[in-house]
Amino acid sequence: MRWELPLTALGLLLLVVGHGIGLFVAPPEAMMGDVGRILYAHVPTAWVALVAYLAAFVAAVGSLWSGRFTWDAAVAATVEVGVVLNGLLLAQGSIWARPTWGVYWTWDPRLTTTAVMFVMFVGVLLLRSLVEVAERRLTVTAVAGIVAFANVPVVYFSVKWWRTLHQDFSSPETVSSPMVTPLRIAAFGMLFVAIGIAVMRWRAIYAAVQRETESPALPDMPAPLKLPEVP
Amino acid sequence: MDSPLPEPAAAPVIEAAGLCRRFGGRWAFARVDLRLMAGERLLIVGANGSGKTTLLRALSTSLPPTEGRLRLFGMDPVAAPEAVRSRVALLSHAVGLYEDLSGAQNLSLFARLMGKEPGRVAALLEQVGLDPRRADPIRTYSAGMRKRLCVALVLLKEPALVLLDEPFAALDPKGMDQMGELIAALPGAVVIASHQVERAGALCSRAMLLEGGLPRWQGPARSAWAAWTAVHGARE
Amino acid sequence: MTQLWAVLRKDLLIEWRARAHGVALVSFAITLLLLFSFAVGPNANVLRAHASAYLWMGLVLTSSLQLARSFQVETESNALDTLVLAPVSPPALFYGKALSNTLQLFGVGLVSLPAVIALYDVEVKEPAGLLLLTLILGALGLAAPGTLYAGLTARLAARQLMLPLLLFPLVVPCLLAAVKATTLILQGDPMDQIGSWLTLLACFDALYWSLCGVLFGKVIDA
Repeated sequence: MRWELPLTALGLLLLVVGHGIGLFVAPPEAMMGDVGRILYAHVPTAWVALVAYLAAFVAAVGSLWSGRFTWDAAVAATVEVGVVLNGLLLAQGSIWARPTWGVYWTWDPRLTTTAVMFVMFVGVLLLRSLVEVAERRLTVTAVAGIVAFANVPVVYFSVKWWRTLHQDFSSPETVSSPMVTPLRIAAFGMLFVAIGIAVMRWRAIYAAVQRETESPALPDMPAPLKLPEVP
Repeated sequence: MDSPLPEPAAAPVIEAAGLCRRFGGRWAFARVDLRLMAGERLLIVGANGSGKTTLLRALSTSLPPTEGRLRLFGMDPVAAPEAVRSRVALLSHAVGLYEDLSGAQNLSLFARLMGKEPGRVAALLEQVGLDPRRADPIRTYSAGMRKRLCVALVLLKEPALVLLDEPFAALDPKGMDQMGELIAALPGAVVIASHQVERAGALCSRAMLLEGGLPRWQGPARSAWAAWTAVHGARE
Repeated sequence: MTQLWAVLRKDLLIEWRARAHGVALVSFAITLLLLFSFAVGPNANVLRAHASAYLWMGLVLTSSLQLARSFQVETESNALDTLVLAPVSPPALFYGKALSNTLQLFGVGLVSLPAVIALYDVEVKEPAGLLLLTLILGALGLAAPGTLYAGLTARLAARQLMLPLLLFPLVVPCLLAAVKATTLILQGDPMDQIGSWLTLLACFDALYWSLCGVLFGKVIDA
């Protein structure tokens, strides 16, 4: 365990500070009141989740290009972190929506994209768990990861279009911007925690893959065969 | 699709040094050194599970080796897969053809895919004795017929290297004779993995004995039987 | 190019030879349409309003069966190995199979149309050609990622579950656009929006037909 532990600790500290300010010190949100304070958690989570998925995409491309398991482990670790954050995001979205609009779900383009992303990347992890041969697993994970990430902007824009041409719900855009400082603190806190955990997972996954693909010793060449004289 | 052969006439068809392949923690074959020139025929013998099939698959580029160096026709199969594969044919355990299509349809399909003349299909089916069943889906073929169809596919490809994995398996004596004739008529280099040590040995000039994946012995084909007995004891 | 054509021809020939499968597929799609009506209830207005949703949901669900089968043919007797060693270039194999899948899905959609019109009592207010165009663009959108994922999951024991699980979230944009366009075609398009939806669909198709073609080579390697 090297630099990621102190980094995670720092991140947690920043999170506590940022959320502390956001929850207790900052003025309540202009339109939403106290419920709006969830933005201090929601926005950083969203941002870092996307960063995690972007990192997964880069790692997946590297993985396919080089065929090395360092990249493969990075894909797995970043997708895992991304999925956890993504799940949190969905939960936060529901918690926010209920007191604000009286429903647990809205078809806001961002929230909808989040839901689709969640299912896609959970699919990537599931797929990964089903492949037993390490080299095949690398290829499969990388391909699935690349396609899943490529779909994120596509889903976002199509849902946005879908919603604007079909005015059902008023879109829950951020009504008035929250205080920037606690948001930034929380954002960096979240980022550091995510990086720290991702690196810890990376080490664990890489070690497991290395154990799995460890080359056993080559058997020794047997003694040359002596044949009886052929008439 | 033909790229010019880069090597002069003297380059080996197969050049393998320290070739190894493992699955997880188990070595299927290891430390295989092999040099096969054009026109040479090699017999590989070994007990079941000795790595013959895996070695043949590695030589066909169907499976990448885990370690070691492999050059086919002087080329690296990883760098130039299409050039190498168009010159190699593998006759394996699995039929590898489409069950719902007829013998003729399967061959025509692969003729088009391999850039060969589809007109040759009829003559080839005749040559392997499948002409009366040419329009039947291969789902209805017996094991022997499927084998003959696979041989027709090999002949269609006109490869410089033919790899045969147990070509005599599942054939009756007459079928085995026919297969022997077909193999004898193959131009180019040939590698046969077979339990039929005498029959296949008669068709080959050299032999290799694999035991537990390791090349235990290499020598002239006529000594293959002696090598086998030396390692495994006499058969009844 | 010849290889692509040969692969396409081969796939269609096999489906023709084993056409019981095709009939079963179409029956499945129509059964789904029936189920939707039973689930929603005999409210003619509701059924008519959502007819395009039922059509496309039926097609999406049927596609997972059709796509899985397209690779089952290859792995059944190891024909995929023979193809790879022929050698067949991976793009030719991908585009040949994806085109064959597109045509088959389009066929299922085409046969579903009369059932949709009858069961849900819809009229086609915009030109029928647009409806066919939407069907083709939608089929293209399902086929490209579907063929890639079918290849990816072909040898997994859990492939029947993994293929839809991976494919369905991916084709959400395609589904949205196709349903929207079809609804407008069936109910009339006063604000001229069909074009935008079809453009979205076409962009989706272009993206995935290029991306999946590039990635397919890695998928079929050993």
